[in-house]
Amino acid sequence: MTAALYVPGAGPVHRAPAGLKLGLLAALAVGLFVADRLEVVAGALAGVLLIGLGVARLPGRALLAQVRPVWPWLLALLAFHLVFTGWHTGTVVVLRLLALVTAAAVVTATTRVTALVAVVEWLARPLAVFGVRPARIGLVIAMTLRFIPLIAERAQRIREAQAARGADGFRFQALVPLLIQVLRLAHTLGEALDARGADAPAPSPRRAGASAP
Amino acid sequence: MREVAHDYGERAVLRDVSLTLAEHRVGVVGANGSGKSTFARLLNGLVVPTSGTVLVDGLDTRTQLREVRRRVGFVFQDPDAQIVHPTVAEDVEFGLTNLGVPPQERARRVEEVLVRYGLAGHRDHPAHLLSGGQKQLLAIAGVLVMGPQRVVFDEPTTLLDLANTRRVARVIDELEHDVVVVTHQLDLLAGFDRVLVFDDGRVAADGTPAETVRWYVDRMS
Amino acid sequence: MKSRDLAYVALFAAITAVLGLLPAVPVPGIPVPITAQTLGVMLAGSVLGARRGGLALLTFLVVVAAGLPLLSGGRGGLGVFVGPSAGYLYSWPIAAFVIGFLTQLTWRRFNLAWAMVANLVGGVAVIYALGIPFTSIYGDVSLTAAATGSLSFIPGDLVKAGIASVVAVAVHKAYPVIELPRRRPAAG
Ligand SMILES: Nc1ncnc2c1ncn2[C@@H]1O[C@H](COP(=O)(O)OP(=O)(O)O)[C@@H](O)[C@H]1O
Ligand SMILES: [Mg+2]
Repeated sequence: MTAALYVPGAGPVHRAPAGLKLGLLAALAVGLFVADRLEVVAGALAGVLLIGLGVARLPGRALLAQVRPVWPWLLALLAFHLVFTGWHTGTVVVLRLLALVTAAAVVTATTRVTALVAVVEWLARPLAVFGVRPARIGLVIAMTLRFIPLIAERAQRIREAQAARGADGFRFQALVPLLIQVLRLAHTLGEALDARGADAPAPSPRRAGASAP
Repeated sequence: MREVAHDYGERAVLRDVSLTLAEHRVGVVGANGSGKSTFARLLNGLVVPTSGTVLVDGLDTRTQLREVRRRVGFVFQDPDAQIVHPTVAEDVEFGLTNLGVPPQERARRVEEVLVRYGLAGHRDHPAHLLSGGQKQLLAIAGVLVMGPQRVVFDEPTTLLDLANTRRVARVIDELEHDVVVVTHQLDLLAGFDRVLVFDDGRVAADGTPAETVRWYVDRMS
Repeated sequence: MKSRDLAYVALFAAITAVLGLLPAVPVPGIPVPITAQTLGVMLAGSVLGARRGGLALLTFLVVVAAGLPLLSGGRGGLGVFVGPSAGYLYSWPIAAFVIGFLTQLTWRRFNLAWAMVANLVGGVAVIYALGIPFTSIYGDVSLTAAATGSLSFIPGDLVKAGIASVVAVAVHKAYPVIELPRRRPAAG
């Protein structure tokens, strides 16, 4: 259910630092919007495909799976432009979209979740000024992943209990008992975090003296 | 613990409890809502009393919270509410990271408790696929790996079946730590040194398991 | 933030993910099937309040961006953040924050009507106010065209705002999570 979109591999794209890949992706996004020309967007798409399929040796399926959700948008945009503005703009818009989404898919497929989370923590470092502790980002993400199957399981139990009393199908009324149950759980989890020392100052050389608000 | 009282807003939950716990194994029983969990939470500072003082080895839970928490581990009733990380080994490691233990020693200590509690084969297992009993053992492992001197258990077996209850009970029995165990399962308290019976926020009986458990059962029937 | 707040933040990030697992429901008279995921945005804001609600959705987006396919329909990864509908995604943390802010503002007299106001303003208006211009710029189409394209989702969003409001009022009665600063005596 929470299997990542990462595709294992050992080539240079996989080994490139996650921060670099994200930086290049951002630069590509900006670049493609600034350079509004057909050759540029077409070249970018070709380059991205070369890197993804050729260099990183990702299976075409893995990329296609991530690009598929934008098909309807693609068709709608193309149709709109053919009718109202002309094929040139339409092609630029569609190729730009394809290039960007494919590039993002390549980054996602070649970068481990933990590596991306580490980049997020790194990016959040300046926020320490406001009392944000970057290390806690990883903790919150871990708890999120822990909660997903747990909530699904509790939802299932409540549905069964309601079915046993004659209610069939999921009813949104079930949300109320479910939410209260998981809120209690989260409350205790908060206590468990404290009991296991999560509120201790970060064991870093720079002492986090001022506690977060 | 001296003249401790606690209330949640308007509601008085503990009244004038004064105790010194020096025994190796202390059991706590009493009806639902009698204040057992609140009492247990006072022991490691999860709850700070609204009046009175709680001292652990002379340390005040109000002012020396960090040190108290290091010495007193806490195991909750619902293992799902205390497993923080999605996989087993990561979760055991969590408390050690908070203590600032260096990575190599962390790995060694995690390995040691995983083996001790029969979880070594589940190292990278998603926690939600463990059985209820294994989850509670994981929760216990996550607390014990931090090296507390005392451990408080709040109804650790209430949600478990008979086989898993026995398993957890045996683990508690084998601990060298001083333990305080809140429970409704009176047979868990057989070898204990002292048992407290809570009733409506007061200690209604206090003595050896033989005396107090009999008194409690008589009262209930 | 206290540890408990971190747990609440993670909880609603996860709730949003689980709502994305529910299959889209076709409703008679409404052109597109309703997905439940933005219900997570509304619930996070109205149960947790501004700060924690906004952070919950930010967490959710980080987890999606990191490569977990948790958006409805099993979508995920960085692709969705550079696609034509990315503006809607970016709006979610802000939407949850606004809903939470309005909920806190009306907290002392919170009822179904105020919950509805919060969810319509934060959970519908804010989301479209950010989603539509993004699509317009991205697809090089006029604002009106982008807005027309999104019209078919409005009925579903109104239904969700209604559900979220009813649930929020019930949860607040049974288990209020938002705490207002205590009114202290003059000395404090
Ligand atoms: N956080 C809280 N806020 C308000 N009331 C509480 C809270 N925790 C417990 N109580 C109340 O305090 C009383 C004692 O609770 P508790 O210590 O959990 O008892 P026990 O563990 O013996 O069942 C109960 O009436 C309970 O409803
Ligand atoms: Mg209790």
